[in-house]
Amino acid sequence: MAFNLHKEKYRSKVSEVVLGATKEEGGTRSHTLTVGGESTLPFLQFEGDIPNRPIAALEIWDVAPEDWNPCFDPYYKDVYDNTGAWARKCVDEFGADLVLLRLKGADPDGKDRSPEECANTVKEVLEAVSVPLIVIGCGKGEKDNQVMPLVAEVASGEKLLMGVAEQENYKSITAACMVHKHNLIAQSPIDINICKQLNILINEMNLDLNKIVIDPTIAALGYGLEYGYSIMERARLGALGGDRMLAMPMIGNVGYEVWRVKEANASEEEFPGWGQQEERAILWETTTAVALLQAGMDILVLRHPKALEVVKKNIDELMESNKYE
Amino acid sequence: MGLTGLEIFKQLPRTNCKDCGSPTCLAFAMALANGKASLDKCPHVTDEARENLDSASAPPIKLIKVGTGDQTVELGDETELFRHDKKFYHPTAVAILVSDQEDVEAKVNQIKELEFERVGLKFITDMVVVKNDSGDADTYKAAVEKAAALTDKALVLMAEDTGVMAKALEVAAGRKPLVYAATAENYEAMTALAKDKGCPLAVRGKGLEDTAALVEKVAALGYKELVVDTGERETSKVLADLTQVRRLAVKKRFRPLGYPTIAFTSKEDPLEEAAQATVYLSKYAGVVVMKTAEKQHILPLLSWRQNLFTDPQKPIQVEAKMYGVGDVNENSPLYITTNFSLTYYIVEGEVEASKVPSYIIAVNTDGISVLTAWAAGKLTGESIAAAMKKAEVEEKLAHKKVVIPGHVAVLSGSVEESTGGWEVLVGPREAAGIPKYAKANFA
Ligand code: B12
Ligand code: SF4
Repeated sequence: MAFNLHKEKYRSKVSEVVLGATKEEGGTRSHTLTVGGESTLPFLQFEGDIPNRPIAALEIWDVAPEDWNPCFDPYYKDVYDNTGAWARKCVDEFGADLVLLRLKGADPDGKDRSPEECANTVKEVLEAVSVPLIVIGCGKGEKDNQVMPLVAEVASGEKLLMGVAEQENYKSITAACMVHKHNLIAQSPIDINICKQLNILINEMNLDLNKIVIDPTIAALGYGLEYGYSIMERARLGALGGDRMLAMPMIGNVGYEVWRVKEANASEEEFPGWGQQEERAILWETTTAVALLQAGMDILVLRHPKALEVVKKNIDELMESNKYE
Repeated sequence: MGLTGLEIFKQLPRTNCKDCGSPTCLAFAMALANGKASLDKCPHVTDEARENLDSASAPPIKLIKVGTGDQTVELGDETELFRHDKKFYHPTAVAILVSDQEDVEAKVNQIKELEFERVGLKFITDMVVVKNDSGDADTYKAAVEKAAALTDKALVLMAEDTGVMAKALEVAAGRKPLVYAATAENYEAMTALAKDKGCPLAVRGKGLEDTAALVEKVAALGYKELVVDTGERETSKVLADLTQVRRLAVKKRFRPLGYPTIAFTSKEDPLEEAAQATVYLSKYAGVVVMKTAEKQHILPLLSWRQNLFTDPQKPIQVEAKMYGVGDVNENSPLYITTNFSLTYYIVEGEVEASKVPSYIIAVNTDGISVLTAWAAGKLTGESIAAAMKKAEVEEKLAHKKVVIPGHVAVLSGSVEESTGGWEVLVGPREAAGIPKYAKANFA
């Protein structure tokens, strides 16, 4: 039988989003990072372009986390109380492409920090590192609606990636991104229709489509990962098929999900059958991330420096050309 | 898919004798193409035509069996490129490599310990690959014999030298191992060996096209119990090849690649190796061969396999009813959760770990998790109260306290109301907090 490769022809491609702005562009970053732009499924360079490699962020908090696993201590303990130093360590020492700052301290049920305090932390991190920055709120909508507009303002022009906009609560953060030229994370609960709908709503407020990154909502390995995986595959096929409202790059909070689960945290003494805890946890995070890369994830948010290292190597390998001669 | 009516028609006798029940050969061909008739109805087809047509109607990826007994591994027979289109049927076999130059007994025993219980399921690795690194036939035979004696898992015999392979098959052929591999250099003898012993055979080429050509040569020798290895070892090229093989088989019915695939990790660092294996498992490998046999390296991969191969249409559920964990009595605490099997088993495990005998009611949420069910209106004060009533809690328990999941603390009031005054206790958010919670409240 005659041999012919099977190459798909897609009608469209993923939009490109530029994170960060250099001095010339009105910000203070040393460089920008572009995500998206794929014109084929993940890493299938034999039939399309992957102009920008997926990137990996490390997650930091504005307050010292009380319940992070002790296996993080050797890496972060000395910087938990110093957000700027924490950010610097992630970039300089661990090689994060960028940093995600979670404004956990704003949580009304926690430290209840004021919008001004939060904005100051953002400034501190912007001064500490020169990579583009992702900033997300504490997750409590009302408070985030007070905090994020101020964050957007103090970081005006930096082209942050800010989050999150949800179907029930997107207006205030979208407006803030519009005014101060930031990018926005649009989060939908593993539902492709809500995902599209939210993008339409945001776009109706006049935020450009190439300023939006989709958070399709993911779960950890073993805790519903496959649902997010399949939604992402469908969204990406939709994007390639020409649906502009699904054509944004995707982001996933891998570290946040993984470090909640027992398999990451339980000690070997407690579960001898599961093997050594830290490596198991690193691989729980890595496996979640690597699986999601295969579904089209463009920005991975991780926590463990070793997971970051392994995931980045995996991306390096997958970015090697696989074009057939 | 498959052949068109016209293509089938060309293979028929074209006499329009009507013995098949169709008015004409063409009508019969059309019925065949639409899956509305079976070829046996025509008594006049030639053997050659039958073979052509059978192979055209065969599944796009051949089902290949390796091993014997309960540990038989079934590979291939997939029909989809994406799990959301229907589902994936035959989970990628995870195989662990043992060299004939290492302590075979130690490694095989280590492999046997890779057994995990999770969410009510047992996760295991499927195959042991015994590799001929020594170059010596007797050493290899002894290693294979030892491995075969130590485990019932399906075996893969990995030796390029047909003399070495022949010797190992003397002791292992009965186990129906996968014979690895027929190559351009040895395929005639290797195919003869595998065929003679009735063992499945891996065919390794140099790249996709070369592999397809080699498979055709092997098939021409009359053997089709095959597994395909395109010979690539770099992550991105393997991904490309696995994707092409799957697409060509499923979308083009390209027969020379209509077999399950086998992929080998090349990374030495076990964490990088596990990441590489995750790529291959996600994207279509029939078998993935790993070197590490440490529990912490294998459990994540096996968990991902379980996730990926579940039916996306039907969440796995447990029966919606009240379960007793441990030696329960009328004073035992009562927990509420959902009947999503993942959620239920996590909670059950923690309740068990709390060492306080307890009841758990799995509320019927159509098999979805706590927050999903809450957001979908399936876990409500009323549905919880109804489930409690059905479980006859008032008759079985001497107290009126019920623990609800921390994530749905907002339901407290409505549960209290719907149950007519039960005391509602809000448990921790994550089930992992249950042992501590039980100790504080029920010990
Ligand atoms: C997978 C998933 C789905 C799958 C469902 C899979 C399934 N079979 O359940 C699908 C894609 C179908 C889905 C759909 C929806 N989902 Co959904 N989904 C998720 C996701 C990603 C993971 C859920 C999961 O499986 N978790 C694992 C299980 C084990 O968790 P669990 O049941 O909660 O159990 C834990 C605890 O609750 C606790 N626990 C459980 N029982 C008990 C009992 C006691 C006594 C105690 C103490 C503790 C305890 O222990 C467990 C482990 O710690 C989450 C987000 C996330 N990352 O968590 C969103 C999420 C739950 N979904 C959400 C939503 C909104 C929806 C939809 C309503 C969206 C829509 N289409 O409108 C639909 C509803 C579907 C419907 N109508 O049926 C929201 C809920 C928001 C909220 N806070 O209320 C979430 C949180 C996503 C988000 N951030 O927006 N979803
Ligand atoms: S029985 Fe065979 S030969 Fe006769 S009409 Fe049917 S298809 Fe044609």
